[in-house]
Amino acid sequence: MIETVASVGLPIDEKLMIQKNRLVPANGLSGNEKRISVVTGTHGDELEGQYVCYELQRRIKENIECLTGIVDVYPAINPLGIDSITRGIPGFDLDMNRIFPGLENGSMPEYIASKIIDDLSGSAAVVDIHASNIFLEEIPQVRINELSRDTLVPLAKLLNVDYIWVHSSATVLESTLAYSLNVIGTPTLVVEMGVGMRITKKYGDQLTDGILALMKELGIWNGEVITPKEPIISEDGEVSFINAGKSGVFVPCVGHWKNVKKDGHIGDILNPLTGEINERIFAPTDGIVFTLREYPIVNEGSLIARILA
Amino acid sequence: MKEKLLFELNSVYRDNMRIKGYSFGEGEESACIVGATRGNEVQQLYICSRLINIFKQLEHQGKMKYGKSVMVIPTVNSHSMNIGKRFWSTDNTDINRMFPGYSLGETTQRIAAGVFENISSYKFGIQFTSFYMQGDYIPHVRVMQTGFEDIELAKDFGLPYVYRRNARPYDTTTLNYNWQLWETKAFSVYTSATDKIDVVSAREAINAVLSFLNKQGIIQYRCHEGFISQFIEGHSLMNVKSATAGIFIRHADVDSRVKKGDVIAEIMDPYTGETADRVIAPQNGIVFFHVNQPLIYSQTPLFRIIPTDDLV
Repeated sequence: MIETVASVGLPIDEKLMIQKNRLVPANGLSGNEKRISVVTGTHGDELEGQYVCYELQRRIKENIECLTGIVDVYPAINPLGIDSITRGIPGFDLDMNRIFPGLENGSMPEYIASKIIDDLSGSAAVVDIHASNIFLEEIPQVRINELSRDTLVPLAKLLNVDYIWVHSSATVLESTLAYSLNVIGTPTLVVEMGVGMRITKKYGDQLTDGILALMKELGIWNGEVITPKEPIISEDGEVSFINAGKSGVFVPCVGHWKNVKKDGHIGDILNPLTGEINERIFAPTDGIVFTLREYPIVNEGSLIARILA
Repeated sequence: MKEKLLFELNSVYRDNMRIKGYSFGEGEESACIVGATRGNEVQQLYICSRLINIFKQLEHQGKMKYGKSVMVIPTVNSHSMNIGKRFWSTDNTDINRMFPGYSLGETTQRIAAGVFENISSYKFGIQFTSFYMQGDYIPHVRVMQTGFEDIELAKDFGLPYVYRRNARPYDTTTLNYNWQLWETKAFSVYTSATDKIDVVSAREAINAVLSFLNKQGIIQYRCHEGFISQFIEGHSLMNVKSATAGIFIRHADVDSRVKKGDVIAEIMDPYTGETADRVIAPQNGIVFFHVNQPLIYSQTPLFRIIPTDDLV
């Protein structure tokens, strides 16, 4: 059943609507069912979650008799952004993931944010799917604020991701959807995978398998599920960042999610005008490349890769 | 006047971006003034360029106080200004959400770090900035509530209002917030415009800065000292929101008095031209802010009004 979570009038004959689809057991609700919410489309250039929303519902509908709880799917909480290929909220140039928990009496984005929080609140788990951005490719991973580690790591291990990154707390991140929900007791897992403006089907299938496994653990699904893969779990100190020292065109010579050796060649930043190499990039440590630059043009400082030691 | 290159970003496809500071006087780092951090902050750039011109004259006339120095940075984001983009030209990040910066981090973190290491030890910090919604304000000084803010000092600008608002999590990476953490007395000055030049409010802001610096004993400058500023807080303002979307026809300007029941705007149906909604002043007050977009969404805060009794 499609429901409208928030609706705002646009100037000319159009409504901005935040919609969700609710799937319920075939034999109706007793009132005691748990609910899982899958939310994505916060940034208009992150599309990986779109496929997951489709695929999860397809599998559930094909085996609806296995559904024992409620599944709410929110494919686009920034629908204008997705439609216009805009990362932020068009018209405001705001990052939607920096305005939570929102404000019912605030501006349009704050109002919508507050309605989304109200609607998601109380879920047994929320899976908040992101897709990096157009610049970086990410291996399927869950990112967890260290403050929520004890609650979230056991749930994240069910999601069939390759990697769980427990990162330090930063005040600025308190405006995110996940933080705002976790702080009111709604466990929320942030998934990052793939790359902006693309859909990586294998990652989508992998995560869908994991969401069904999580649903089974929560008592929302009694169908067959996979045994989730054992993720690598790490903290900030084990992650090395490689940033460009020069501007130019980055051409990698390693693959994503591949092992590298300390001082191993990661790639080069080329100068197409002079035909020279502006900078050669080497690994600062032994490890595995879990983030890799996808968009070739780099400025000084652009993130090239993250390596898990 | 000394021109100092604070930070330079090399680029393959464009000229390098150079962030320049213009300093006047010698000695204590007394006041730093920062203009545009976003690419559409043209008014902020204009004000700083006018200030640089004025400080040059004051220095020539020997009116910089002995042992005091002032630096003005007209813009930290000329690359975005040159292509008419509000945020960073490649990844759309906001430099004013990157402070105190990180010299080994991403591009805009490096820019912020390059600027901040040059300005973090000033005694006073003044930033000309803008709001995320397009609109007009009464010129005012804004301070963020951090526990280090100084309201009485803010009144020395002589602008009609000193406005304090609570710092939200996303504010913790702004220049103003980090200046305060580094013990600089920081103030944000808002004028009536952002992406256009409003000469009248620019002059008012320039006068406010000069008056402030005169009162702090940094320059010698005779001028009208402005207003006895009224202190207002964010939660005390009335928000007037639109119930309907459509074409926004505004009847009340900033700084105008409105009475309870006044029709301060109308929302016109964009197809039929009929009045879809009338926006009514909920109380007597003074218009502190209004949006200036012709097309508005429903739920948009159209006006912020300072409540008054106005029995006269």
